[in-house]
Amino acid sequence: MSKKWLSLISMVLAIGMVAVLAVGCGGPAKTDSTEIKIGGDFEITGGVANFGKSTVNGIQLAFKEVNAKGGILGKKIVLVLADNKSEPSEAANAITKLITQDKVVTVLGPVASSNVLAASQIAIDNKIPLLTATATASKVTVGDDGKVKDYIFRACFIDPFQGEVMANFAAKSLKVKTAAIYVDNASDYSKGLAQVFEEKFIKNGGQIVAREAFLAKDTDFKSALTKMKASNPDVIFIPAYYQEVGLIVKQARELGMNTPMIGTDGWDSPKVVEIAGAAALNNTFFSNHYSPEDKDPHVTSFVEAYKKEYGQVPDALAALGYDAALMLIDAIKRANSAEPAKIKDALAQTKNLQVSTGILTLDASHNPVKSAVVIELKDGKQTFKEKINP
Amino acid sequence: MRVKAKRDLLSLGACLLLYAIIQLLIEVDVIGQFWVLNIVLIGINIILGVSLNLINGFTGQFSIGHAGFMAVGAYVGAVMTVKLHLPFIVAILAGAAGAGILGFAIGLPTLRLSGDYLAIATLGLGEIIRITILNIPYVGGASGLMGIPRLTNFTWVFFATVFTVFFIKNFINSSHGRACISVRENEIAAEAMGVDTTKYKVMAFTIGAAFAGVAGALFAHYFYIVHPASFTFMKSFDLLTIVVLGGLGSITGSITAAILLTFVSAALAGYPEMRMVIYSLMLIGLMLFRPQGLFGNKEISLKFFNRLKGGSPRDAA
Repeated sequence: MSKKWLSLISMVLAIGMVAVLAVGCGGPAKTDSTEIKIGGDFEITGGVANFGKSTVNGIQLAFKEVNAKGGILGKKIVLVLADNKSEPSEAANAITKLITQDKVVTVLGPVASSNVLAASQIAIDNKIPLLTATATASKVTVGDDGKVKDYIFRACFIDPFQGEVMANFAAKSLKVKTAAIYVDNASDYSKGLAQVFEEKFIKNGGQIVAREAFLAKDTDFKSALTKMKASNPDVIFIPAYYQEVGLIVKQARELGMNTPMIGTDGWDSPKVVEIAGAAALNNTFFSNHYSPEDKDPHVTSFVEAYKKEYGQVPDALAALGYDAALMLIDAIKRANSAEPAKIKDALAQTKNLQVSTGILTLDASHNPVKSAVVIELKDGKQTFKEKINP
Repeated sequence: MRVKAKRDLLSLGACLLLYAIIQLLIEVDVIGQFWVLNIVLIGINIILGVSLNLINGFTGQFSIGHAGFMAVGAYVGAVMTVKLHLPFIVAILAGAAGAGILGFAIGLPTLRLSGDYLAIATLGLGEIIRITILNIPYVGGASGLMGIPRLTNFTWVFFATVFTVFFIKNFINSSHGRACISVRENEIAAEAMGVDTTKYKVMAFTIGAAFAGVAGALFAHYFYIVHPASFTFMKSFDLLTIVVLGGLGSITGSITAAILLTFVSAALAGYPEMRMVIYSLMLIGLMLFRPQGLFGNKEISLKFFNRLKGGSPRDAA
């Protein structure tokens, strides 16, 4: 084996780096004064690509509508997309490209909280606003030191809010007095929701009669359900994801438990019906960001436009993407400028903005205050039950 | 031996020069942030590729759990700085030690397997590591470990890369390294000649894992967050791709492939829909035309270039 390859190693390194450089220098895009460039750091490939795609569709629909009306400030608004492969380090990579190469004034995305967290520091360092449509973890907009991150915003409500919504729904709409909580101990989402639900439900005069736990990927829930049955609750709150939810509901019905069961947006999947069967799911309710069945004119016009454009009914992520785009368009209009710092200030002051999923106001922690919907499953179909305002 | 040392020094000099040039370009902002990020990624991928090549290419043990060791390095390193507030260098060394110890502990039982069986076992181990991390609340579980300071910069990555390459090159040229190669060439013959094959397999596995740990620690301190989603078996396959594309048993091959693949992935970032398609087509094409990898098991060197020019191999300095 050759003894000289060390020199050559440096040579290969050099060749590679020079090549990188060459492209690096040629890279920066020209700024076109007739366009406002918005970055999109999204999950186009990888594990949650379907979520990314829906969100991007929603955003593009909003941009298209605004451009058809002549754009904002006399300019067209364009979305420059970058793929983050559903992975935090790639999300950081993509946002760096959007900010430094494409010179975007604001970045929309990513979908998953972990990817937003990886991207957010880069947005802050470069003083570019980052608006996520869908990341629900509370840490996204508030740092570890408890300070609000200046440049980070979101367009969806955060996890604990849903616990509150369902506690109010149980007490006021279902008019129940006792509840059991069945929590997924492997998920922060589930534990956080259970805690908020318990607090609010008790505050509303209710009583928690049983508290059982399972772990994600469990398949047999009958022993815990039997225990719960003995304490005879009026309602069972299951803040979990669709896979386990389907099995739990099915097994509970098999045990002859006809109590209503309630949950959160983790239930929002056709899989629930596949697993539990349509009949078992009667008398179950869950909270969500929006329902395509909602008869509010803003929802129906959005659903119509989306169907026309993409030939399918928009899911919650598409609606949230659309809303995020509306928030941004509104902020640029109010700022009367496409400068990142001014957009940031305008975004922070978003107030009483009519978006497809309701009327939205950002609170001091950059979290939207807006309504949630409760969806009832009737014979396997999601039907709009009611809208709950904060 | 003296000649070898002289060449090493010369190469080291060339590396320093390269470092100075790139650092200067970064300072004067000719290389933008995006490309700095990708140069850092290239460095990390070189460390991963070369260390995996030691296991797969030189010792001939087919491991596809490298992302697992990277994860251990990343998490151990991040815990050192975030939770224990220790300096960065301690984090890197702890990451290497953590991954190395685990590599040793895992290597001892599994390296009795060979070929496909070992591949499946290492694949499983990589997943076990990831799932274990996913269920440790101390390091953030499913939401990942956040708030990691960005301590990694081009300087750290460059010198860690150079150190890795020199270390592994010198290891391969040592008697231990030759024993590893003999295991690859013919395990039975090597054993008959008195080579303790298990010892050398475990040694290569441990060293490879330790350097993956170094890469993991560097990775964690560049991206502010470590998340189990970054260390799936897809990551292991990416690394395997680097090694196979560059050539099993060629350090320069791994370096070239790491640069090439990272670069292609970055250059195609503007075409998200087509990125993975083009990337995969490129891999298929390369494998069709060069099934042994870019460099096979050869190294490119000054000697190689001299030969191209028709000069005698002895002329090279």
